[in-house]
Amino acid sequence: MCLAIPGKILSLADDATHSAMIEVVGVRRRVDVSLVAPEGIGPGDWVLIHVGFALSKIREEDAIEQLRMLSALGETQAAMEEVRGYSHDEVDPPPGERAFP
Amino acid sequence: MKYIDEFREPELIARTSAEIRRLADPARHYRFMEVCGGHTHAIYRFGLKDLLPPNIELVHGPGCPVCVLPMGRIDDGLAIAAQGGVVFTAFGDMMRVPGTQGSPLEHKARGADIRIVYSPADALKLARANPEKHVMFFAIGFETTAPSTALTLMRANAEGVRNFSVFCNHVTIIPAIRAILDSPDMRIDAFIGPGHVSTVIGCRPYEWIARHEGKPIVVSGFEPLDVLQSVAMLLRQLRAKEAKVENQYRRVVPWEGNRAALRAMAEVFTLRSYFEWRGMGFISQSALALRDSYAEWDAERRFSVPGIRVTDPKAAQCGEVLKGVLKPAQCKLFGNECTPERPVGALMVSSEGACAAYYQYEHRKSALVSIPA
Repeated sequence: MCLAIPGKILSLADDATHSAMIEVVGVRRRVDVSLVAPEGIGPGDWVLIHVGFALSKIREEDAIEQLRMLSALGETQAAMEEVRGYSHDEVDPPPGERAFP
Repeated sequence: MKYIDEFREPELIARTSAEIRRLADPARHYRFMEVCGGHTHAIYRFGLKDLLPPNIELVHGPGCPVCVLPMGRIDDGLAIAAQGGVVFTAFGDMMRVPGTQGSPLEHKARGADIRIVYSPADALKLARANPEKHVMFFAIGFETTAPSTALTLMRANAEGVRNFSVFCNHVTIIPAIRAILDSPDMRIDAFIGPGHVSTVIGCRPYEWIARHEGKPIVVSGFEPLDVLQSVAMLLRQLRAKEAKVENQYRRVVPWEGNRAALRAMAEVFTLRSYFEWRGMGFISQSALALRDSYAEWDAERRFSVPGIRVTDPKAAQCGEVLKGVLKPAQCKLFGNECTPERPVGALMVSSEGACAAYYQYEHRKSALVSIPA
């Protein structure tokens, strides 16, 4: 429930939905980035994600360490399940962009 | 200690552990409360107790939102689910939490339309896709999660999605800490402050704990080294007879919090005058409700709920464990009637609950040891 999962921004949506395509533990999902947008974000940046929303921007080395810790806590499976569960894209990504068709 | 090789920078861990031993006054007993369930899980998982001297006791706090939710609220949510055409949505953690007539999962088996979502935004998406149904999101969580519910409601409002509502059980951490400090059977010397909650609220809201209660508090990360460093920082403050708020988790937590998140919460939520916490009773201004401007999306106003207060099974001592008065294994039901497979109390349900964490790591360890060779 209180998992915070690090993810890497691949691209920002052009529309007003404040969403970004993010890669998290090997899965691509759209995540709401409106809470971190004021900090200035772009492709390549890492964010901590909680229930489908990015909560804060973090440094890459801290993100990698956080991933290691999730795995040590035995939470990687739960994190994967959570991220795979996100499905709130307004429009499905084009087929080429779809990680899980 | 068997996990020490997994730690980042094991030498630094050993050095911090030695420093803690140096800083701790052997003539004194220290009680430090980790407020957040995430810390509780990490402390058990990494066996951090073994890295501390015996006179430092870590007391597990109320920071697991699933654990502090009273059973009556689950019953109320399930009563809404029983109404025709309603889809009940909640995070997976809620699914096995027992209500009086069984858990959401058991209600699902009996035919209620109950679905797991991983984000409140997914519940809204479900509402858009099923205009003939009403989708209710059973919202739980501290300030870490509340902004996501707020943004989802703002979107429902902007898009005019009317077949969506939120049954709001969001709670706030500061009044819970205040209740602990006010409780006569609690003697806490200092606090390990929650990490991800503080990402949203920042460090300022804790200042009264230091200033008025004279207790040090260190906002901490979740890695073993983070927790140990936080313990050392607390000891340094106590030694210098200081009480201040410090931020050990600076790489994630900004001092001022996340303004966009706080704005979204202020737009959608108002403080309830009081709310019941499992094991702790009623705490004033400790939970959030939807503002009048969001009444249309408020499940509590749209549906009638029984609103009956349900007391915990008498034998279960969740309250004492939750307040740190009892250790999990001191509860009469622990490991017998109450296990992670068949939880009686909520502390056994969530992996962040003190009982489940204790069962998973400590209890099994001692069970293994006790088998005769």
